[in-house]
Amino acid sequence: MTQNGYFARDTQWHPPALTPGYKTSVARSPTRAKLSFPTSLSEETGPVFGHNILGPLDNDLIHNFAAADQSAIGPRIVVYGRVLDETGRPVPGALVEVWQANAGGRYRHKKESYLASLDPNFGGCGRVITDENGCYEFRTIQPGPYPWPNGPNDWRPAHIHFSVFGQGFAQRLITQMYFEGDPMIWLCPIVGTIDDPRAVESLVAALDMTRTIPMDARAYKFDIVLRGRRQTFFENRAEGL
Amino acid sequence: MVQSLNLLKESPSQTAGPYVHIGCTPNFSGIDIYGGDLGTTMKTGPVQGTEITLRGAVFDGTGTPLRDAMVEIWQADANGIYPGNDPRGAADPHFTGWGRSPGDMETGEFTFQTVKPGQVPWRNGQLQAPHITFWIVARGINLGLQTRMYFADEVEANAADPILSRIEHQNRVPTLLAQPDGTGVYRFDIRLQGDAETIFFDI
Ligand SMILES: [Fe+3]
Repeated sequence: MTQNGYFARDTQWHPPALTPGYKTSVARSPTRAKLSFPTSLSEETGPVFGHNILGPLDNDLIHNFAAADQSAIGPRIVVYGRVLDETGRPVPGALVEVWQANAGGRYRHKKESYLASLDPNFGGCGRVITDENGCYEFRTIQPGPYPWPNGPNDWRPAHIHFSVFGQGFAQRLITQMYFEGDPMIWLCPIVGTIDDPRAVESLVAALDMTRTIPMDARAYKFDIVLRGRRQTFFENRAEGL
Repeated sequence: MVQSLNLLKESPSQTAGPYVHIGCTPNFSGIDIYGGDLGTTMKTGPVQGTEITLRGAVFDGTGTPLRDAMVEIWQADANGIYPGNDPRGAADPHFTGWGRSPGDMETGEFTFQTVKPGQVPWRNGQLQAPHITFWIVARGINLGLQTRMYFADEVEANAADPILSRIEHQNRVPTLLAQPDGTGVYRFDIRLQGDAETIFFDI
């Protein structure tokens, strides 16, 4: 009756709920132990998104909000990679939604208060669905770092937010991509919610000069790993709890 | 030394931050793109079963509703089949099973127009009480929170449910129950902290 469940999440690898260095977490972190159960159909299934929902510019943030014959301001980059699960298998058909600040570090949002300028040709969002090999690619401009109200002088490193759907709702994940060589990464309280430096490094995209488009855009490679699914060993064995 | 299992580590979560709506519901945040936001319509035509409205809000430890949260739900159709990739077969063709709500900008209240889900089997084949899976992200939430919503008026099914019946602290079960709030309307509030903290799932 059941499919194969997903691997349990490694709670030492993910940030804990309560991280006082990131002040907003203090009143928004559950305090009681979570209820653990093996996954069932309710978590092993998930919504399916077809490539037909995508428009031709959905994965081109340089142009998808720009006026005709205009483009967003900033260093032009390609971000590419694969969506895999923890067993290394590619995840095809994964919807990847991204959002980011403009080159000056400003978001297009009512509640944004940073004094940096809006770019009239930059919306700040894009989306793409992985191909049969789990690969995705989008074009954008490199976002700027920005200050945020937390400590007296906290800044976010340049980053792109990622929302990812796998094949099961249990794999649902939101994370952020950082850029190789950025000294701001290790100063950020939100990055600092993650304890293990290796986990932080797994969110730092590598500059890939072999995938740059000469005279156009540099490239960064960012692979995303979702929870793994158990392999079936004994198809006929009755499965209990 | 032994051979490596060659397993990868899951990408660690980072908060959705205050601007999740730019990426996930851009039209709601005033960025007209894509021809509409995903997850706003769960019914694409005449649906089978009982149509319901779900309302609620997410509250922080001070009792303040979150106005920057994003809530997603995933549920079976009226016959207990999940749309999309359920190995047991095809679901109601006019029902998506998946909804996404940014919440009202002033009150933080989320709303879903959906159908009452049918019963879905647990791992051993036993039927579970009708339920809807919730996933909550927001600024200050470091890892998206999973929980389930059950229906307070499904007394018998809830009593026999394999998860609800095994919760050690039975006095916390009501935090998972949506309450009828008028005809066809259910209210489900989620509390991140406090005496009535919602049970969250590590599933
Ligand atoms: Fe950000």
